[in-house]
Amino acid sequence: MTDVLVVAELSLGKIRKTTLSAIAFAKTVAEGTSGEFDVLVIGDGAEDAADEVTGFGARKILTAAIEGDYRCEAYAPTVAEVGKEYGVLVACASTYGKDLMPRVAAKLGAGVASDISKVAIEGGELVYTRPMYAGNVIGTLKVTTDVQVVTVRQSEFEPAAESGGSSDTEEVDVVEADVASRVQSLGIEVVQSERPDLSEADVVVSGGRSLKSAENFEKVLEPLVDALGAAMGASRAAVDAGYVPNELQVGQTGKVVAPKLYVAVGISGAIQHLAGMKGSKVIVAINKDKEAPIAQVADYFLVADLFDAVPALTTAVKKAKG
Amino acid sequence: MKILVPIKRVADPANANKVKVSGATVTHDGLEWVMNPFDEWALETALRLTENAADKTRVGEIVIVSIGPKEAVETIREALGKGAERGILVEGTDAELDSHVVAQVLAKIVEKEKPDLVLMGKQSADGDSNVAGTKLAETLDWPILNYVSHIETADDGKTLTIKRELDVGVQTLKVTGPAVLTVSDRILKPGTVKNGVTPASFEYGDLGDLNSRLSNLKNIMAGRKKPLDETTIAALGVEPKRVDSYVGFKLPAGRSGNTTYLATVDELVSKLQTEAKVL
Repeated sequence: MTDVLVVAELSLGKIRKTTLSAIAFAKTVAEGTSGEFDVLVIGDGAEDAADEVTGFGARKILTAAIEGDYRCEAYAPTVAEVGKEYGVLVACASTYGKDLMPRVAAKLGAGVASDISKVAIEGGELVYTRPMYAGNVIGTLKVTTDVQVVTVRQSEFEPAAESGGSSDTEEVDVVEADVASRVQSLGIEVVQSERPDLSEADVVVSGGRSLKSAENFEKVLEPLVDALGAAMGASRAAVDAGYVPNELQVGQTGKVVAPKLYVAVGISGAIQHLAGMKGSKVIVAINKDKEAPIAQVADYFLVADLFDAVPALTTAVKKAKG
Repeated sequence: MKILVPIKRVADPANANKVKVSGATVTHDGLEWVMNPFDEWALETALRLTENAADKTRVGEIVIVSIGPKEAVETIREALGKGAERGILVEGTDAELDSHVVAQVLAKIVEKEKPDLVLMGKQSADGDSNVAGTKLAETLDWPILNYVSHIETADDGKTLTIKRELDVGVQTLKVTGPAVLTVSDRILKPGTVKNGVTPASFEYGDLGDLNSRLSNLKNIMAGRKKPLDETTIAALGVEPKRVDSYVGFKLPAGRSGNTTYLATVDELVSKLQTEAKVL
């Protein structure tokens, strides 16, 4: 019997959808081991946000209100104090989960299974699968401490669906740590977009350095993105060049996406980029160079100048979609 | 300012698709060993924080530490050739090391060296875990700033203004050192590291595809003569007790089917509609 604590992720007082992937993991483990799961909502606006996760079958929703922007030093002591009673603590492997959970693990002397793609239950034991070497090796591991800390890859865990009912809510005491006073947040510039979230979209259109400018991202790529109702992504090279903000980076060090359709425009396909998108169902590459490494993963490769092909494709997609 | 930079020796990440597996081991036959690129960015950041770039003088100290096999000495020497002052090798094997043990070992080195900052990669290019830096910070009861893209300090790291890249946007923070920092992809863009010594008018060039500055023969030779201590996990008083265990490795399933090359947009649209059925 393994009880699981889900650590929810808040932004601007709302539960981020990343949390639903962690809940999906918790349901699998709790059901597979006849245990239960609770959700800890921690941060600014935790009490109001608790309602958003009440219908997912958790035994309890725990809330810990901490004012101000997220800082791992301010959150970790409470998560560890609440979490020490559980078999597994889980969050999504977003920058939030990957920042917070190792600190919690260190407080508890716990091992971490980071950015896992799968969990299996073998003889009551949890066996985790995780991509390593930029997705070129799949490791299988067990964590050998009493409390196990896990972060789950959002693209590999379908968001949990609401199952009805409502969980009881309970406030927990906030544990403070002196070290938190050494980190003061001056603000988070939260980027809000009308487009679907990159990590959750069914279609992703990404651009590379070949787009040559921020203006071309806007004028050439964005009409295609919108015609497809897609999220926009980018290669590291395009982000480094300042064409688009860093939140759009897809790859080993950016976001990992697995949409139904991924369109790589002017992206050569470095190993680090492939790591972030090769789980996509259908991959289309648009590139002048048919030898580009993106061919290793592309299902369809349109050999063409993107400045001709993308506007034509935009028109054709609009027509096809009526 | 004194900065500790932990670096890991990894199989060349540019050829990660050539790594082979056999049961519970990963083999790297024929691959070059290089400095973990994420750590290399941290090294370059540390160099920028401890120099006057305008007159090319060093104004601080960088201590490199690597935990790994004897051969990691070469990786440490490479860092010394780029300008770091001293090196420490802690001998250890993969079988003994996980992020828990690494954090314990690094904490012992920090206690001895008393740096103002620890700067390291957010992850290694092989394990991709993203855990050791944060565990180290907690072990030391220091702040952790992950994914840092800008650093500004005018008092040798006692206070820092930091920007870091989160999934939701960029966070700006004021930090009282000492602290552990892991760096993001953007840390080496021009104008991101300011130490109060290099004149504000100085601009670092874009490194392009390099992960840190190139060295020249003179500096490489100088690096060979710099002090490099060797110790062991046991000598530091750390028990190499892992808290996880890898039971096996495999290669990912390849993508099914081959690439269909197309010459026109019409062909592509037709394939996406009738074959892939995604339009």
